[in-house]
Amino acid sequence: MKWLSPALVALALAAPAAAETVLIRDGRVITNTQAGVLEGDDVLIVDNQVRAVGANIAAPQGARVIDATGKWVTPGVFAALSQIGLSEISGSGAPNDASVEGELVSAAADAGAAFDHTVTAIPVTRIEGVTRAAIAPGGANTMFSGIGALVSMSGRPDSVFRDDAFLVLQMGEAGANRTGGSRAAYWPALEAALRDAREYPGRYRSGQGGAVLNEIDAQAVQPFAQGRGLILVNVESATDIRRLIEFKRRNAQLRFVINGGSEAWEIADEVAASGIPVIIDTMQNLPGNFEQIGSRLDNAAILSRAGVRVIIASPADGHQPRLTLQQAGNAVANGMEWGAAFESITRVPAEVFGATNLGVLRAGATADVVVWDGDPLEVKSAPTAVFIEGAEQPLTSRQTMLRDRYRPGSDAVR
Amino acid sequence: MLSGKKTWTALMGGLALAACASTGSSTTPSNDAAATSSVAFPSTYERRAYAPVLIRGATVFDGDGNEFANTDVTFENGRITGVGQNLAAPAGAEIVDGRGKFVTPGIIDAHSHLGDYPSPGIQANSDGNEVTQPNTAEVWAEHSVWPQDPGFQRAVAGGITALHILPGSANLFGGRGTTLRPVLGVATMQQMKFPNAPQSLKMACGENPSRVYGARNQSPATDMGNVAGWRQAFARATEYNRNLERSRAGGANAPRAPDRDLELDTLAGVLRGEIRVQWHCYRANEMAIGLDIAEEFGFQVAAFHHAVEAYKIADLLAEHGTCAAMWADWWGFKMEAYDGIRENIPFVDAPDNSCAIVHSDSAVGIQRLNQEAAKAMSDGRRAGLEISRAHAWTWLSRNPARALGIENETGTLSVGKAADVVVWSADPLSSYAVAERVYMDGALAHERGASRLPPSDFELGQTAWSTGQ
Repeated sequence: MKWLSPALVALALAAPAAAETVLIRDGRVITNTQAGVLEGDDVLIVDNQVRAVGANIAAPQGARVIDATGKWVTPGVFAALSQIGLSEISGSGAPNDASVEGELVSAAADAGAAFDHTVTAIPVTRIEGVTRAAIAPGGANTMFSGIGALVSMSGRPDSVFRDDAFLVLQMGEAGANRTGGSRAAYWPALEAALRDAREYPGRYRSGQGGAVLNEIDAQAVQPFAQGRGLILVNVESATDIRRLIEFKRRNAQLRFVINGGSEAWEIADEVAASGIPVIIDTMQNLPGNFEQIGSRLDNAAILSRAGVRVIIASPADGHQPRLTLQQAGNAVANGMEWGAAFESITRVPAEVFGATNLGVLRAGATADVVVWDGDPLEVKSAPTAVFIEGAEQPLTSRQTMLRDRYRPGSDAVR
Repeated sequence: MLSGKKTWTALMGGLALAACASTGSSTTPSNDAAATSSVAFPSTYERRAYAPVLIRGATVFDGDGNEFANTDVTFENGRITGVGQNLAAPAGAEIVDGRGKFVTPGIIDAHSHLGDYPSPGIQANSDGNEVTQPNTAEVWAEHSVWPQDPGFQRAVAGGITALHILPGSANLFGGRGTTLRPVLGVATMQQMKFPNAPQSLKMACGENPSRVYGARNQSPATDMGNVAGWRQAFARATEYNRNLERSRAGGANAPRAPDRDLELDTLAGVLRGEIRVQWHCYRANEMAIGLDIAEEFGFQVAAFHHAVEAYKIADLLAEHGTCAAMWADWWGFKMEAYDGIRENIPFVDAPDNSCAIVHSDSAVGIQRLNQEAAKAMSDGRRAGLEISRAHAWTWLSRNPARALGIENETGTLSVGKAADVVVWSADPLSSYAVAERVYMDGALAHERGASRLPPSDFELGQTAWSTGQ
């Protein structure tokens, strides 16, 4: 491996090439549509879109052809929950925009406004096939942790493609701890908070103020309280999930997605009937606290079989959304059907978060496409090509540069 | 450590700190200063009786770097009795059809806090870190172990047959670590204690001690404070050992034996080579300084743990015979983890006499260390290294056994060693493989799909746990 000059390094890290016409030929194509899995078929990318998927597609004039024989071709992975872009280093006193302290702003804390497209975690993540992420605020002093956004892993300044994508609500122990330390106080507080939001700005202009929310937060919560946005609920126990389902029955306009759901499998049919999707950490099988006593590895498999829309995600942090794939592989090892597991990290999160042109390979879909050297849910596999909106991404990151500098036997200048 | 806080004022030069020779202390009586670990809190572990076993026709990784196709493994009375083709079944043997399956030595996790940071992880159970002063060499992790931690059961289901429990990393000297077997359904730590396994001393580099004590306006607040703290403590331990030797030598001018000091007992045990140093250290520059300190005071560093930058000094580690226990891909969660790369483990593995280890430091990660090894193996291959899957398994069993000083007892499938054996559903270097049968010391400890009786008192009668099990 030759040492790259600083100029070449700068080039390698620069924004990826513009979208072009690319024909990916003869791969094992996972369409995530009714077309299913296509063996030895082609995917044509023109500009930022998938133009065609199928057998024997003719290469348009000037198209670049990628031979995917023996490889897998899939939509890019959607890391459903992450804090990528909210910190360069997450701990030890480094700057970290993932969570807020103080009373001024909590629900209104806007992850999209803090997202930094230049953090080194983004190339680290995208070279492993993750092309999109939902970024969630990490927490605040109140039951609302803030507002999440949807971002691309392109590394470009326009990476945030949806602001105000969802509101994060703490429930269960975490929620109770923010409302006086008891679930007995939690539910009245939640009711009052949503009332504050719905009655914004009237009661604030009248000088009455909110019962729970300050004016800034009430304004932020209002669209979600009116059902115009998704509320992502951090909740674990079956008891709390039942209360959430009951709460939704009385507040039919609210649109929830459960995050966590360690014990959701216990009431899988009730969850399915509620229509509430569940974001699962498939490695959560320990009674980390008393609301997770029922944790087990086949949670995702049971929920999936019951008809719940399952999203698989690794626990939110800023650096390892790439482990979403290993999470899905472990769901398969514990009984989930492969196709369902793969959709749970691509098509299903895209749909649930309202980005329906992602997560599928069909004509007209956004061209987030990954070519893999093997089964993407297998930890041994890796991408050989990654496209975001039709632009091929360099398979380099700060980590690959460190690797090349220290490769055994390397003559690299250190 | 009997007194309160100490001031870590480094002595200015002039201290002649010769390497401390071993004093052959195996005869040290327990009431003497510097009593060794072997006499206190003795293991009451008992191998569980079980039928002899013949596993027939499996693909075998022997843990020593070899792969054998269509091979049988036999064990009896807790010991491996054969690895080869067409082995005869011992009388009364349980016969396991290994065709299409894989057999490996049990996984050994060199870095765990199970029992000390158990589930549920509530404040009452936070027993892993004596964050009271920078030197707590006097505490022993084994004294915090809660055998009812459900994490032990989950670890066994992931193929773990031995694990090293360490104190946390807030302190320069965290205390002694101990090797356990994840024995389920027992009430005491002593029933889990791996017989005759040496203890370790947990030391910690870097951000943790600096942050914790710096925030208290106390030394160490910096990397240089860390180094001064280690050196001052080993200087005192050297003196302690010297006084001990002089008092034992007897004669007219022999001094009185020093008062027993539990903190110095541990450090002096390190200097005598009885207690192995397991050193939490992320950065290459800090590990290199650690090796120099070890030379200055005459001890060996068994392993650097976490060792995120070990790949930068792979040759130096190999020259010192020091292992590096690493994650496959953790990075970025603190500044000293910023230079993490996916090829760390294979790069450390590359030199001759290297000792790369896959470790967990996690109640979740310990359940699938095979997948972590698979990641490291495949990333190493993509970087151009030739790594067989059987060789990758040495990172999970032989090498950690070496770092923990139990390599003569376990870590490879060799005739005469403990029958710590896992039968996997498929190539274990895969996301999809699961441990179907785990034998610990020859006895079946886990069988996938068998009805899951609560092995831990904690989970007994928990409604949520039992629903649908």
